[in-house]
Amino acid sequence: MVERRPGLTFVSHLVLILGILLIAFPIYLAFVASTHTRDEILRVPMPLVPGAHMVENYTAALTGADTQGARVVVGRMMWISFVTAMVIAVGKIAISLLSAFAIVYFRFPFKKIVFWLIFVTLMLPVEVRILPTYKVLADLNMLNTYAGLTVPLIASATATFLFRQFFLSVPDELVEAARIDGAGPMRFFKDVLVPLSQTSIAALFVIQFIYGWNQYLWPLLATTSEDMYPVVIGIKRMIASGDAAVDWNLVMATAILALVPPAIVVVLMQRWFVKGLVDTEK
Amino acid sequence: MSGITFRNVIKRYGKGAKANQVIHGVSAEIGDGEFVVIVGPSGCGKSTLLRMVAGLEEISAGEIAIGSRVVNDVEPAQRDIAMVFQNYALYPHMSNYDNMAYGLKIQGVPKAEIKQRVDKAAKILELSHLLERKPRELSGGQRQRVAMGRAIVRQPQVFLFDEPLSNLDAKLRAQTRLEIQKLHRELGITSLFVTHDQVEAMTLAQRIIVMNAGVMDQFGTPEEVYNRPATTFVASFIGSPPMNLLKAAPGVRSGQILGIRPEHIVVGEADGWSVNVEQVELLGAERLVYGRIGDEQIIARVDEGQFAPKVGDTVRMSARKDKLHWFDAGSGKRAE
Repeated sequence: MVERRPGLTFVSHLVLILGILLIAFPIYLAFVASTHTRDEILRVPMPLVPGAHMVENYTAALTGADTQGARVVVGRMMWISFVTAMVIAVGKIAISLLSAFAIVYFRFPFKKIVFWLIFVTLMLPVEVRILPTYKVLADLNMLNTYAGLTVPLIASATATFLFRQFFLSVPDELVEAARIDGAGPMRFFKDVLVPLSQTSIAALFVIQFIYGWNQYLWPLLATTSEDMYPVVIGIKRMIASGDAAVDWNLVMATAILALVPPAIVVVLMQRWFVKGLVDTEK
Repeated sequence: MSGITFRNVIKRYGKGAKANQVIHGVSAEIGDGEFVVIVGPSGCGKSTLLRMVAGLEEISAGEIAIGSRVVNDVEPAQRDIAMVFQNYALYPHMSNYDNMAYGLKIQGVPKAEIKQRVDKAAKILELSHLLERKPRELSGGQRQRVAMGRAIVRQPQVFLFDEPLSNLDAKLRAQTRLEIQKLHRELGITSLFVTHDQVEAMTLAQRIIVMNAGVMDQFGTPEEVYNRPATTFVASFIGSPPMNLLKAAPGVRSGQILGIRPEHIVVGEADGWSVNVEQVELLGAERLVYGRIGDEQIIARVDEGQFAPKVGDTVRMSARKDKLHWFDAGSGKRAE
């Protein structure tokens, strides 16, 4: 687009700025709310500039001040969320890389069936199989454990297919050159395939980390004890139902805290992420 | 150092009745240090034959030996060969140095020796200043040199080249051809080189294997292949423009085919076949005269300064009597 029309530029900028406001304003509001006391927030109209209680609100949230709803320690919950998201992201990538490697480069009995089985799981998201999965985990005593939070979410057909497509695009001559160089299958995987897939791995890591971080339904079932709650559930728990007043200032502080790690991951990996989605290194 | 021996090598794809046989019993003996080119049209099985030597294709029947060792069941890495691929097959994420060093690293060669071998190969190929770069920062010709470097550092018994010049432009191809020749002179390693380009075959080879539809039609020096083609296929495949093959011209008995190279035809007005000139191509120092005897096309090469017919002329063409090739029309084989 090399058109230069002032009117068009004005309109497109207007649309973009409105869009940013629309998305950013609620976050700003949450931030403002997290810097006031509870009573200040509940006053009408609500203040629109940051207040003076930021430090104490965040300290309270992180260390677990007594709130009207449940006693919630955000620091602990953030840690759980972080571990869960990391294990899910890394686990998904590791398993998908290996299974795609097997599907593309090895001949084994029932290969076609295996391939289709993986494909079929695409049609069965967590929500559909949630009851049997819960039953299995409960029987294995895996409720309220990190394994219980992560293992059922690790298998990923999507990621497997992504890597499969990528591996299929790697020229056969590369495999042959590696064979002549004396590289065995795992050596080839480690020295050639994995380095070549780094950009896809980075892109997938970002997506899966956020996926893991934002899990709500599954942790709701798989955890019953408060010290295994991830932060997303924690936020919900702080909004007490019934008569009790909600500490909106702490809820908002928690929400802002919960935004930070995914944002850091995106910012740090942005360069790789875009590269992974856009270009394929030849 | 060692040669390569093919003993009745057969390649089939698939099994049982559906099997598709693509190589029908090739037997040949390639001497130690010899440079042999396998040439043929696409689909003749020349690459398959090479890949069987490399160990990238299984051998369905027969034997291939490198030196005195039969390698049918030996892994590619253990065959003591090195291969150069048409599209270079360099590892894109490794520097050129690492590309060349990778095989040695896996063999467990000490670091200092790897460095010394890679540096030496890089010097021969004039790549020393490019070692730190990645393959994608190099031109096609340079990449192919890196690929050759990777082959050299292994110090193999046998070099295998799978159409290594096909992705290069004409000028680079000629230059790389010379480099390969020089390399072979210096290292003296047995080399097997596959190409579909007969010029490459003629210029590079000490001996040529001409493949046709999975059969080895001829195995001989470039002179032999050119001057005494064993079949009509070889006759028409080697040489440009191809040899004239006449079945029905006056003087050719039925059941015979007469082959004459275009440069061995004398064009004049006196005696020989009466030919109607259909087309004349000027190639610089010489011109090609296309004509017809009855239904059969005949091409003659006329050097500069000789009688030059024009389109539409009727001329007389005769063949130099000592340059006639006779073939059996049924089998296509050379008849003596």
